[in-house]
Amino acid sequence: MSFLKLEGLNVRVGSLPILRDVSLQVESGEVRALVGESGAGKSMIGKAILGTLPDAIAVTGGRIYLDGDDLMTLAAKDRRRLIGSKAALIPQDPLTALNPARRVGPQISNRLVDILGWRRQDAEKRVIELLHEVHIPAPERVMRAYPHELSGGMRQRILIASAFAAEPRLIVADEPTTALDVTVQKQILRLIRDMQRRHGTALLFVTHDLGVVSKLCQSMTVLYGGKVLEDTTVDQFFRGPAHAYSAALLAATPKYTDPDSSLMPVPEAVIRAVEAEIADHDQRRL
Amino acid sequence: MAEGRMAVKRRINPRLWLSAGWLFILVVAALAAPLLAPQDPLAQDLFASRLPPLWQMGAEPGYPLGSDSLGRDVLSRILYGARIALLVALIAGTCTCILGAGLGLIAGYYRGWPDMVISRFIDIWMAFPPVLFAILLIAVMGTGLTSIIVAIVVIDWTRFARVIRAEAMSQGAMDYVASAKVAGRARFGIMLREILPNVLPTIIVLLTLEMGIAVIVEAILSFVNLSISTDDPTWGSMIAEGRATIHQSWWVLVFPLITLFLTVLSFSQLGEGLKDHFDPVLR
Amino acid sequence: MTLIRTFLKRLASMLITLIGVAVIVFFVIRIVPGNPIAMMLPPGAGEEDIVRLKALYGFDKSIPEQFLIWTKGIVSGDFGTSITTRQPVLLLVLGRLPATLELSIMALVMAIGIGGILALTGTRHRGQKAEALIDVTNGVSLSVPDFLWGLLFILLFGVLWPVFHISGRVSPALDLPFVTNFYLFESLVRLRFDIWLDLVSHMFMPALALAIPLAAIIAQLLKQSLKETMHLDYVTLARTKGYSENHVILREALPNAVLPTLTLVGVQFTFLIGGTVIIERLFSYEGLGNMAIDAVINRDLPLIQGIVILFAVIFTTVNLLVDLTYALLNPRLRHG
Repeated sequence: MSFLKLEGLNVRVGSLPILRDVSLQVESGEVRALVGESGAGKSMIGKAILGTLPDAIAVTGGRIYLDGDDLMTLAAKDRRRLIGSKAALIPQDPLTALNPARRVGPQISNRLVDILGWRRQDAEKRVIELLHEVHIPAPERVMRAYPHELSGGMRQRILIASAFAAEPRLIVADEPTTALDVTVQKQILRLIRDMQRRHGTALLFVTHDLGVVSKLCQSMTVLYGGKVLEDTTVDQFFRGPAHAYSAALLAATPKYTDPDSSLMPVPEAVIRAVEAEIADHDQRRL
Repeated sequence: MAEGRMAVKRRINPRLWLSAGWLFILVVAALAAPLLAPQDPLAQDLFASRLPPLWQMGAEPGYPLGSDSLGRDVLSRILYGARIALLVALIAGTCTCILGAGLGLIAGYYRGWPDMVISRFIDIWMAFPPVLFAILLIAVMGTGLTSIIVAIVVIDWTRFARVIRAEAMSQGAMDYVASAKVAGRARFGIMLREILPNVLPTIIVLLTLEMGIAVIVEAILSFVNLSISTDDPTWGSMIAEGRATIHQSWWVLVFPLITLFLTVLSFSQLGEGLKDHFDPVLR
Repeated sequence: MTLIRTFLKRLASMLITLIGVAVIVFFVIRIVPGNPIAMMLPPGAGEEDIVRLKALYGFDKSIPEQFLIWTKGIVSGDFGTSITTRQPVLLLVLGRLPATLELSIMALVMAIGIGGILALTGTRHRGQKAEALIDVTNGVSLSVPDFLWGLLFILLFGVLWPVFHISGRVSPALDLPFVTNFYLFESLVRLRFDIWLDLVSHMFMPALALAIPLAAIIAQLLKQSLKETMHLDYVTLARTKGYSENHVILREALPNAVLPTLTLVGVQFTFLIGGTVIIERLFSYEGLGNMAIDAVINRDLPLIQGIVILFAVIFTTVNLLVDLTYALLNPRLRHG
């Protein structure tokens, strides 16, 4: 049985659809990419799973199964606890994702102590282990630092450590390298890959960068306008994608090996075809 | 999303209309006081002293809201008191506005020496307890309408100055000012013609607030017996007398208090409503 | 290091402001018409008495000379002698100070309590009727000055439901075994809860009148600040860890939301202290403000000077403390 299963998930803001009948599965230990342009809804999927949809946005239909439990039917308290113990988030912007008023050490371990009932000493030991894993030097000193004393790259490592702290079975990584310097991006990606392999965690990797997908992920879901266009393995995708939009995406990727090739945006015709598909979908739902 | 914004702008702001409504009634009542007042506000009649309001036992028809210890009609005094209150609100409010906003504009736009001096003055001024300062000024200048107005201006100009200074500073840093300077316009001209219109909405909002404050300060001063004169029917002196005779004639305190309350509330809500109207995005 | 330097700079600035205040009040009240000396003398006093008293209080010298004498006195702690009570101004003023401080601080605590609860409740139930209700009552409370609240309470609790006292600081029948004038504080320390209760029942109404406008401002500012903080990423991240809404508001958002409101609340607190002048008068509370009004009515120049200077010192000190607290609480500034 898959660890995460989305069945016909519908999310709206008011009457405006944001996610349209989204279905996907993530097995234990699987690394799946959520691919799409900005506004395609990939972040929203992560938010819906983790229960952090903004106030005005709500799940209006469908199911989310986490380790067999239907999140939609659980009481709020139980849902929170389930998500907190079995899932985690690696957020996008390390500069705003850490509480500026608190030292970073407790921010890694607070979930362990408050939600999972660990003893403080055990939690602190775990923090040091984790900091070693993410290659942060002098962990005892860094633990007691405030976020503003650390660089962006270091902060992202802290956030990664925090995500793996409770040995979650699923991690949602929401474009974790977009806000970083190019030089640091590669390191962080490598770190995430290594840790995923070491801990065997399932990863839902939200990204718009196909290069990252090819290096890290085994399977992928392509989204446009909140609708799943293609669900396939990464190998299959790069050999020859099924959907016209996916093909256009692939073609639009700048080829670093051939700097003289011109950039090809996704053709109008393809976009219009996809939007027609979406309109049909909406019609049928009515 | 865009429709939501438009809806906010178009929505009829209830507090705007309610407060403007009360103030309108007040202005009309004040102007028509000689016609509406049942008695002469200053006329004393010891045979008609401490009469309760109409709906209570022992009331008399000529004194609908009752009378005070000297037999003066409460309603008439409230109506004539409105004249004084509104006069003070208008004149003191406007003068404070002109002085405070003027100094604030100069400090915020020119910066440098003028700003240092004016800001220092603002600091010193704000170290004075306002009510005490006003009472002191009245003691120095004596009672009377001019003294009240001067006192209000002197204690509250800093309210305008600080806010307008901050706004002038942020406006002054904007591109349209830079392009005006490059075009060779005189600094004073820029301040008047470019900055002032953009700061005007804030000035208007503060002005309505200030008028409410002027009414309150006048009431406080006449409560402490230092306003126009002890005879004139100000709301504050009525409240002072009412406070002293609260157990025997509560109506002498209650009715001017309600009027004062509604008036101050209306000025304030008018200001808030105008603020909404000018910049609903902020909400 | 920079913290100490900023502190010293602020201290110097404070001093300049106080000197400015002293100059202004000194010269303003000497333009006062009305002869304070004449008020002190019994009818039928002769010219020599007037001259003698004038010399005693230094009114026979030129104004700048008087200022010099007065400032020299201040440096050595002599603020002059009150004309009405013949006592040293410093003693009188410091004698009344505790009453006003206790009242102001009680009002501050009430304001923070009420305002804080309103802001937190409004955040917990944002978008619902509760928040709208809080906004409306807040709007009204903001528009009504302390003077009016005081009068309202006098009406309600003086006439309709006499639960609280509306006059004085303490019941005259009580015997007060106190060393300082900090009655409220000392009654707690000495475990005299009967006196403490009596004090509170006298102070409750004036303190509440002072507190409501400040509470409304705190509620509005804090709610707005919380609203912005709740959108930040670290708050969202805390939710994914399994924390409840209440925890997220109180332990993640609140500590960060409080800081930006601190400076403004500090300024508003000085306004509250200024309000004690009229509120004390209204409730016949024996504090600085009440004494000040009497001093002005009686043209007691040295006393007026002393009280105004003291208020100015209080205001500037509060501002300084607020800035200091802000610098201390902001981790960024603390570790520079």
